[in-house]
Amino acid sequence: MDVRPVGPEALVVDLDGLDQVAVAGAALREALDRGELPGVVDVVPAARTVLVTAPGAREALRAVRALLDGVDLTATPDRGAAGTVELPVHYDGEDLELVARDAGWSTADVVAAHTGAELTVAFGGFAPGFAYLTGLPEALHQPRLDTPRPRIPAGAVGVAGEFGGVYPRTSPGGWRLIGRLAQDAPTLFDPDRDPPALLVPGTTVRFRDAG
Amino acid sequence: MSRELEVTAVGPQALVVDRGRPGWAHIGVPSAGALDGPAHALAQRLVGNGPDDAGLEVLLGGLAVRVSAAATVALTGPPGGLRIRRAAGGERTAPSHQPVHVAAGDEVVVPSPTSGLRGYLAVGGGIAVDPVLGSRSADTLSGLGPAPLEVGTRLPLGPPTTIPPVGTGALGVSAAPDAVTVRVHLGPRPDWVDDAAGRLRAGTWTVAPTGDRVGVRLEGPALERAADRRGEELRSEGLVGGAVQVPPDGQPVVFLADHPTTGGYPVVGVVDPGELAVFAQLRPGSSVRFSPVATPAPDA
Repeated sequence: MDVRPVGPEALVVDLDGLDQVAVAGAALREALDRGELPGVVDVVPAARTVLVTAPGAREALRAVRALLDGVDLTATPDRGAAGTVELPVHYDGEDLELVARDAGWSTADVVAAHTGAELTVAFGGFAPGFAYLTGLPEALHQPRLDTPRPRIPAGAVGVAGEFGGVYPRTSPGGWRLIGRLAQDAPTLFDPDRDPPALLVPGTTVRFRDAG
Repeated sequence: MSRELEVTAVGPQALVVDRGRPGWAHIGVPSAGALDGPAHALAQRLVGNGPDDAGLEVLLGGLAVRVSAAATVALTGPPGGLRIRRAAGGERTAPSHQPVHVAAGDEVVVPSPTSGLRGYLAVGGGIAVDPVLGSRSADTLSGLGPAPLEVGTRLPLGPPTTIPPVGTGALGVSAAPDAVTVRVHLGPRPDWVDDAAGRLRAGTWTVAPTGDRVGVRLEGPALERAADRRGEELRSEGLVGGAVQVPPDGQPVVFLADHPTTGGYPVVGVVDPGELAVFAQLRPGSSVRFSPVATPAPDA
C-alpha cells in the first residue's frame, strides 16, 4: 500500500489488485457511512487505487490514513453482500463476431461464457451508473476498439480489458459490444432512486440470454 | 402569477448552477457546479440568498431573462454591467457586483464581458428547479440537472428571502487576467513525466480554444513521458477538479467541475483549490505558468 497526495485535499492509495481495492474501498465507504470520517466527501475505488477527497478539510485525511493503516489487505473481500442482479441481454452486438474470433470461439460460445460467468461490480465511474464488472473468462479479456465510437446506445453490453460493463445511457465509448439489455432489464441509473446506481461495488451480476 | 424567469435570448451557453453535487464520484457522477465558485457565491450573497441557492452561469453574455415579479438581481464575474429593458418602456444600465432591483415584466440583459468568460447572475429567492442528487446544477458531461437554457425556457424562482444583501458597494472589481501563475501541488503521478517539477516551473502554456466546463487544454512545451514509463498505460483512477493530466501528446489538461470521475492518463499535479476558479475566466490565448510545490499526503 502506497499513499500519494492528490493536491492538498485528497489522497490516492495504490494497491496490489482488485481484491485489495475491494477491501480498502469497502472499509472506507462503511466508515464514511457510519459518520466516522467527517470532512470526507468522495471515496472512489478504481482498478488498482482508491481516491479519497476532503475538500476544505485536509485534516480529515489523517483519519483516512489511520483507518487504512488498520485495514487487513489480505482479507477476502465480502463478495455478494450488495446483492445479486440479473440482466437479460439480446446478444446481437456489433462486435460479437470480432470478440468470438479473438477468443477463438463461436459466437454461441461467447454467449455461453458471458451468461455462465458470475460477475462482481469492482467499481463505478466513467458515467453515472456505469459499473466495471470482474469475473469474465480470460478469453473475453480483449482490447478496446482502436477508434472509440462517438455514440453508443444506452443498454449496450461490452467488454474491455479485464472488465465487462453496460452503458447506462447514450455516450461515446471504445468497448467491444456484444449485446444490448432487453426491454425488461432493470434501470441502471435513476437519480430519484436510493441508491441511484443499481450496480454498486460488491454487487453480483449475472447475464441471461433473452434471445 | 408565480415568480419565474423567462429566457428571451441566449448567448453561447447559459446554465443553472449552484455549489454542485459532490459525493457521487464512485457512481460516475461529476461534481459539476459553478466554475467560478467565489463569483457565484458573491452573486448569491448580493441578492440575500443562501450559499446553496442556484443562479445562472452565463458564458460570454448574450442572455436575457424576463422576471414575472419584482426581484433583486446581481451580476458578478468579470466587470461589466447589466442592461434592464423596462416593462414600462425604455432601458437603463446597472453596474455589476451590486444588487439591482427590477420590476415585474422587466427584462435583464447580460452583455458580453470585455474580459474573462463567465458571468454569474443571481436572482432573489434563487432558481428553484427540482434538485437532482441534491443539486440544481447542470452537468454538461453526464446530462444530469437542468438542460442548457434556450429561448422560451421558464425557470421557477424561490420565495424572496429576508436575509439582507451583503457586501454592497464595497467591491473593487478588476478585469479578469490574461496571464496567470498558479500553484500546482505535485502528485499523484509526477514520476510519469520527465522532470515534472522542473518542466512545470520552466514552461509557459497558452489556453487552447477548445476548453469547456470539463477542462481547459493548454498548448506549449510538451511534458514528455519519463523514459522508464514509455509505452506503459496507467490504469484508470479517480480524478479531482484541478487535476493537471498529461495525455500521450504531453499537452496538459486542467480538469474543471464537469470532469469525468475517473481517467486513464497520469495526473502530475493538482492546481491549488484556492486558485482554480481563475480557469473559469481564462480566455483562449491567455498564458498560464505553474508554480509547483511538493505537498505530501497527511500522516496518520
